[in-house]
Amino acid sequence: MSTTPNYETATPGSPEAVADFSDNHNSMINRIQHALHVTPSLVPLIVLILSLIIFGLLLGSKFFSPFALTLILQQVAIVGIVGAAQSLVILTAGIDLSVGAIMVLSSVVMGQCTFRYGLPPSIAVVLGLACGTFVGFINGWLIARVKLPPFIVTLGMWQIVLATNYLYSANETIRSQDIAKHAPLLQFFGEKIKIGSAVFTYGVIFLVLLVIFLSYVLRHTAYGRHIYAVGDDPEAAELSGVNVKGVLISVYMLAGLICAFAGWALIGRIGSISPTSGQLANIESITAVVIGGISLFGGRGSIMGMLFGALIVGVFTLGLRLMGADAQWTFLLIGALIIAAVAVDQWIRKVSV
Amino acid sequence: MKKLLACTALTLAAMTGTSYASEITACLITKTDTNPFFVKMREGAEAKAAELGITLKSYAGKVDGDHETQVAAIETCIADGASGILLTASDTSSIVPAVLQAREAGLLVIALDTPLEPINSADATFATDNFLAGELIGQWAAAKLGDGAATAKIAMLDLGISQPTVGVLRDQGFLKGFGIELGDPNKWGDETDPRIVGNDVTAGNEEGGRKAMENLLATDPGINVVYTINEPAAAGAYEALKSFGRENDVLIVSVDGGCPGVENIKDGVIGATSQQYPLLMASLGVEAIHAWATEGVKPAPTPGKDFFDTGVALVTDEPVDGVASIDTVEGTNLCWG
Repeated sequence: MSTTPNYETATPGSPEAVADFSDNHNSMINRIQHALHVTPSLVPLIVLILSLIIFGLLLGSKFFSPFALTLILQQVAIVGIVGAAQSLVILTAGIDLSVGAIMVLSSVVMGQCTFRYGLPPSIAVVLGLACGTFVGFINGWLIARVKLPPFIVTLGMWQIVLATNYLYSANETIRSQDIAKHAPLLQFFGEKIKIGSAVFTYGVIFLVLLVIFLSYVLRHTAYGRHIYAVGDDPEAAELSGVNVKGVLISVYMLAGLICAFAGWALIGRIGSISPTSGQLANIESITAVVIGGISLFGGRGSIMGMLFGALIVGVFTLGLRLMGADAQWTFLLIGALIIAAVAVDQWIRKVSV
Repeated sequence: MKKLLACTALTLAAMTGTSYASEITACLITKTDTNPFFVKMREGAEAKAAELGITLKSYAGKVDGDHETQVAAIETCIADGASGILLTASDTSSIVPAVLQAREAGLLVIALDTPLEPINSADATFATDNFLAGELIGQWAAAKLGDGAATAKIAMLDLGISQPTVGVLRDQGFLKGFGIELGDPNKWGDETDPRIVGNDVTAGNEEGGRKAMENLLATDPGINVVYTINEPAAAGAYEALKSFGRENDVLIVSVDGGCPGVENIKDGVIGATSQQYPLLMASLGVEAIHAWATEGVKPAPTPGKDFFDTGVALVTDEPVDGVASIDTVEGTNLCWG
């Protein structure tokens, strides 16, 4: 009896090829991963459409009406505008925690200039916008020139701006009726166009135009590409001739200006000028940005995605309310969405092309 | 250098400690120092303290719900040797251990505006009867609607999902006043009456008021009575109604009696509001601490209630039979903020 084992008999079943590192780019998963890498706003768009369909099926015409759908637009208008500012900052691998505070302070400045100093509303608006831009400039200067981390700078600025807002306004609300009587220009973004039962406020139209404009700038202008380059790798950008500091400062100033516009739109939305509003705008804008697939590490994502992200939150909020669910469920689901969005982002980053 | 600084600080602390020992010190701890309600409260307390020769130290949380800062403030007051604390608690049950610690140290603790849980954790509570405040606007709304009350569609714009006591009391008071059967009176949202379209939360500001009103109008566009937790929320709800073109056929009621709120009644934005008196709460509180420090007497609650009622009045320009009210002229004289 032969006791020598015949190892060779086992070989025919084993793979013949050795050390094959070429990836199979044609598999379904890889193609999806690649498509998402190229168009990061695809994921939030799909989630948005799915959530619209699901709530539409569950709630029927109550939800799937021009009226309810445009109501969602109105409800996300402010967060969307602030989110646009936040997107620009996050694309440079920064973060701006002071967005909501800048928004409120700008609206208060507009109100106080009109009602305390008796300036014409148009000048008050310009001063409000200038105020937002100036706060953005301080942020940008501290980050780009003094080289402080954006998180710390804007964390500090958030507190400073909010405190300034309360001290300056004495936390007094300016009533809607007074504004309508003396300075209707401040409520400009609350004007609306009705098409059937669909209602579009100027604030909503401004949001859409702003997002289209910014996505054009980001994609098709040198300045826009510089923003991506700075967020992706500031040193490489510097070496290829991008004025990194200039870009950073201008991005924070632009963000401040957009937040000031959000402050103007806020007056249109709530009618009055209230120093206590917009407390959560920074968190809500970051939520929209993250769900919208913009990478918190900078350099990747599109501003369209942010708009979809904001809309997803709006759809969930109204949809769940119409279903009569406890408001806590909305927070729970949005929390899950945030984590899922970042998980997807990490997965997309692994793509090999 | 560091040592020197520390020594100086210690000496200073010791010096101030001795110089204050002879006078009476009282602490006022509010939820925030930005809400006009608390600003007015502080003004009332400061005026009374100056009159009685008491040193008043004010502390406040950064935002409504900032519990840690309030606990730190209580500890500071104990260390400071204060005679008493006036407190509007952000977190009514979690603050209790800190309050008990102060009482054990011999301080008189008076809860202003917001009762603690349980209410007897404080030596006394000086507050608006929030249930009564709600009841008054409920009765007014029902009387105003007359026969229509039986088919009313009511939106309830509450404070927050954690259901703070003040919000629950006003909500439940309103429903009782309107003639709706309550479920558990310690929480809102469990009523089965079909006249209630729904509850939503506003965080007590314009933005939240508008959004909550929009959500409820999307649920049922036929809403014709709106209860709001306070006047900023009512102003926000009015904006939502205006964008729906419904501002003239909906009755909004509220609680607070702040000056912008009373103005809004004059302008027909709000139908009626229950006015409360923060200035009175604070000045009575300072008097009580003075009495405690000089004579050792604790304040007694209003007979039949477990707190000292600082009063509430219904403000409206459209009085109805059977509900006592004051008009906006008088309301403006008494308003705060």
